[in-house]
Order: sequence, then C-alpha cells, then structure tokens
Amino acid sequence: MASKNIPMREALRNALREEMLRDERVFVMGEEVGEWQGTHRVTQGLLAEFGHKRVKDTPISEMAIAGLAVGAAMAGLRPVAEMMTINFAFLALDAIVNHAAKIHYMFDGQFKVPLVIRAASGWGNQATATHSHTPEPIFAHFPGMWVAAPSTPGDAYGMLKASIRSENPVLFSESIALYSRPGPVVTDDPDYVLPIGKGDIKREGKHVTLVSYARGVEWSMQAAAELAKEGIEAEVVDLRWLRPLDIDLVLESFKKTNRCVVVEESLPMYSFGSEIAAQIQDKAFDYMDAPVKRVSAMDLPLPFAKEIELMALPNAQKVIDAVKEVLR
Amino acid sequence: MARLTKETLLDWYRQMVMIRQFETRCADLYEEKKITGVYMHLYSGHEATGVGALAALGVEDHVITAYRDHGLALSRGVHPNPIMAEMMGKKTGVSGGKGGSMHIASRQHNMWGGYAIVGGHLPLAAGIAFASQYNDRKEVTISFIGDGASNNGYFHEALNISGVWKLPVVWIIENNLVAMGTRIEDSTAQTELHYRAIGYGMKDGGRVDGQDIFAVYDKVSEAVEYARAGNGPVLIESMTYRYKGHGVSDKSYDKRLADELAEWRENKDPIELLRRELQKKFKNIDAELSKIDAACAVAVDEATEFALNSPDPGYEDLIRNVYVEE
Repeated sequence: MASKNIPMREALRNALREEMLRDERVFVMGEEVGEWQGTHRVTQGLLAEFGHKRVKDTPISEMAIAGLAVGAAMAGLRPVAEMMTINFAFLALDAIVNHAAKIHYMFDGQFKVPLVIRAASGWGNQATATHSHTPEPIFAHFPGMWVAAPSTPGDAYGMLKASIRSENPVLFSESIALYSRPGPVVTDDPDYVLPIGKGDIKREGKHVTLVSYARGVEWSMQAAAELAKEGIEAEVVDLRWLRPLDIDLVLESFKKTNRCVVVEESLPMYSFGSEIAAQIQDKAFDYMDAPVKRVSAMDLPLPFAKEIELMALPNAQKVIDAVKEVLR
Repeated sequence: MARLTKETLLDWYRQMVMIRQFETRCADLYEEKKITGVYMHLYSGHEATGVGALAALGVEDHVITAYRDHGLALSRGVHPNPIMAEMMGKKTGVSGGKGGSMHIASRQHNMWGGYAIVGGHLPLAAGIAFASQYNDRKEVTISFIGDGASNNGYFHEALNISGVWKLPVVWIIENNLVAMGTRIEDSTAQTELHYRAIGYGMKDGGRVDGQDIFAVYDKVSEAVEYARAGNGPVLIESMTYRYKGHGVSDKSYDKRLADELAEWRENKDPIELLRRELQKKFKNIDAELSKIDAACAVAVDEATEFALNSPDPGYEDLIRNVYVEE
C-alpha cells in the first residue's frame, strides 16, 4: 500500500473529499467550513470542488447545526457537521445526546441517524477556561453514538471514513495540537476504512501498559522512548475510540504487564481513566501488581498565563513519573 | 371551498371525532392505570388545527411535532391500534413500547415523531426539509410548535437557518395561550407570535382561527404551496385551546381557567363548529354524523382491546436498537 507523509488536517481533508466523491449523500456543514476554508483548514478547497450545495456555511447556531444534521440524517443524507471547537458542542448537547444518540432506540429502529459531528478539541494555546475542553468522555458516557479520537494522520484518515460510512452517529474529536503533525497516510486505497471500536498497539512492551487516545498517545510514546533508555519497556495502547471501547485490547496487554497508567488529556473526575481503571480491577483483578495510575489534567479550569496553564496539563514527564510509581 | 367534496368534509369530521374519542379514552385508561407513566399530553381542543393542516399535505410530505402527538399521528393515518399499544408500553406499539406517549412516529407515514424536549424537533424539521431540497424533491415539511417553544433557543436557531436556506417548511405555532402553566402574557413580550417571521426573513402567514378547520386548511394550503414552489418557509400562528391540563401531572388546570375553558368548549369547540357547518351545507346529515361517531367509538374500543391484549416487551426488546448493527 502506498503512503505519503502528510499532516492530520490534510488526512482528514482527503477522507472527507474521497467520501464526498464516493457518496452523493455526504455533505459538510458548519461555521466557516466554506468560504473561510475551515477555521482549522480541514475543509479547505471543498467549496471550490463541490459547490454550495454540499459545503454549507451555517450561522453561529450550534443547536441548529447538530439538530439539522440529525433531521437530514434521518431523512437519508450523510451529514458531516463541524463544531468549530468541541467547546461549542456544549450548546448542542441536547441535539447530540437527546436526539442524535437516542432516536434510533426511542422509535425502536424506525429511523437511523448516520451523521458525523467533527469537533476540534484541546488546549495549550492560552485559549483559557471556556475554550480548552477535552470532553470526549462526556459524549462517550451516552449509549447510542460512537466516539472517535484519533492520534495519528493515518488513523484519522481511516477512522473518519469509517465514521462517515457508519449507520450510527459519531462524535469525531480532532485534537487541535495534532492537526499539523505529519504521519504516513494511505494514498492508493479510497476504501481504507479502519474498523469501528478497534484499538491499536502503538508500541510493544512488557513492563507497563500505557492506555490512551488522541494527544495522550503522543505523551505516552515520548515517555516510552525515554523509559526505554532506562530499560523500561512500556506498551502503548491507543484505543482510538472511546465508544465502542476496545477493553479486550487493554486487558490483553495488562495481563502481560500487570501494571497500567492511563494517560488522558481531560479532567480526572468521572473520566476515561476512571473507566479503564474500573474495568481492569473488575476483569483482571488477579493480574494486578499495582494500582492503576492516571495522568490527567489538573482538576481546575484552565488559566490564560502560559506558565501556569502548562503546569495544569499532562505531559511526558508526568507519564514517566507515574510509570515509576507503578513499577516501584 | 367549492373544491372540497362532501366526502372530504366527512373525513375531516371523522378524523376530529376519532382524535377526541381516542384522547378521551386515553384519559380514562390513565385513571384506570391501564396507561401508566408520568407523561401524557392530550390533543383535545386542537383538532381543527391538526386535521386542517395535515389535510393540506400529500403522502410524500412530512410531519413532525412535539409531545402532544397522538392526534396528529391519527390524522396522518397511523392506525389507532399501535398508537394505543404504545400508550400502554406494549411490544406492538409504534415504537415497540420504548417511546411511549411522547414518541409516536411512523416512518411509512412520514410522521417523524413526537419529541419530548421542548423545541428539540425544530432543527430536525429543518433537516428533513433540507433533505427534500438537497434531493430536489418537491416535498414540504410541516412542523408544529407549541407557543411555549417559541421562547427557547431551538426556535430561534431553526427558524433562522430555515429562512437563510429557504427550506420548504411550514412552521405552525399552535398557540393555546398557556405554556405548561404560564400564560402567554407572562412569558412572551410580543404575544402575536407570527410576527417572529419578520425577524427570520420568512413569509409571515399571520394568525388563523385554529378552531375553524376551513380557515386552517385554507391558510396552511396556501403556505404549503408557497413552500413547495421553492419560496422558503412560512410561519403561521394558529389560535387554539387545550381542553386538558398540560399533561396528566397538571391537576388544577380545570379550576385555574374554569371560565375561559367553559367559553371555548361551549362556543369554539372545533368539532361542534364543523358539525354545524355540515348541517348547514347538507340536508339530513345527522344520521351520517352519528354513524361516524359510532364507527370511531368502535375503532377506539378495538384499539383499547388490541393494546390490552398485546404482550409486554421483553429483554430482547430492551437491548435492541441501541445501535444500528454494523
């Protein structure tokens, strides 16, 4: 399979473009996706290629963006709706949680809601408290939709295609910090579709399992590289999807290493890390050699000042410290 | 009005009587604890608005509404049996007993459902209409809106985007003067709700007497044709009145508004108004009307029996359709 090193935003754009070429029902909508070319440049060029019918600039109306996408999906289209940032998705929480995720069940299968809500997520640019959320676990809390959060351009490409082709609603989180990171992306297979709910071992190891997704994988990989210098071999499990959760992959790794650190971009209370820790103790208690540790953001709103903003956030060093604790 | 045949008018009468009898039976069954749960919002009093509006649509068109939805489903042609079964949470219900009173939908009738979050269905209506526009199909979506929903954000966002994109939607506010328990004067600064159309750049369809099925039919027909021709959405305000409380939890409605309620029931009852019109138009119609009344009573009895004798959903139903299998 041929591949090319491109940034994640370009990988996402390729996936969008190819799916629009493949399926007439696919259209993109959102704030500034057209004339502006996308605030994160993911939708760049799509308006010129596909025109106003299929690239819809919307008013600043998150409830309408998500809700209209739900109705259009029910009526047979394949909307890919963009939330400029995932923070704004809070305004559309009812449309996403009560409508996108519930309609198939509530009407006992009469309607399908095959939509994708893409949302840029993350912090670290002094965006301050309201613009720095990574709330993927909030969406993953609710049954009825899938939640995707890729860590590499190649995964982003195959996962977005899978999401667009899915018959179920998908919240597709894109880490702002990763948009510019390059990585190999398949160039000669428009049907390169990664399976929904399958995680990936990004690095093999035998001493400790690092479980993460999206940007957390980057710190995990950095930490693993450092730890290797000291002879500690960390296995990095990239779950890719918060729902469905590939807990089997986690357990398989954990049964080998008997120790686990969960690395999450988001907040620690009622979190991704809490879920992984709970499932490990429930399903692999006899394999535990140490408590499961979590590396998360600090439990506070993020400030503006760079120095203290970074203090509050996870990084590779914090992962290394946590690994040393579970290996003690 | 010349285009309306006797057959059509009798069918309107049948639909309205059917709704009234069905809703009255639902209230009785709730008292008898045969229908359970905390939510059931009856349509009695609104019949002319629902039936008159839907008479303006073809089978290819679309209907969506809030939780006061049973009457509209009946008018749309959904069989009373699965509706009643849904009311009782039975496996044979339109939504398999999983949606209940507030989620009556039938995909085959383009009845896209009742929705329980106030205003939540408004962008869905815009989305359904967008799909018609996208596929270049000349269909129209009617979205009913309670007067209360006109004050939340969904209303603003959905109506605005429908105006910007010229979506083929007819928005019909069923203004029954009370949002749950709050009078419109206490909740809404501009109580003529159809004026909102101006702010969204759409056609202001004005107010209509929602108890007069002829007026509703004419007004909505005009709006449907306007939307179907690609001119964009229309907002209509239909003045109506609810005979029962907001829902089954509303115990004091009859007492709070006793005089007003009596006035509407006695002088503005939509079924009575149509009956009088029919009596004026056609000689010796009473026997035919009585026959329709009796046939509706039989249909409601049958629906009740059907629902009572239907099985409850089981574990397999509980876990089915969380996701589309893929």
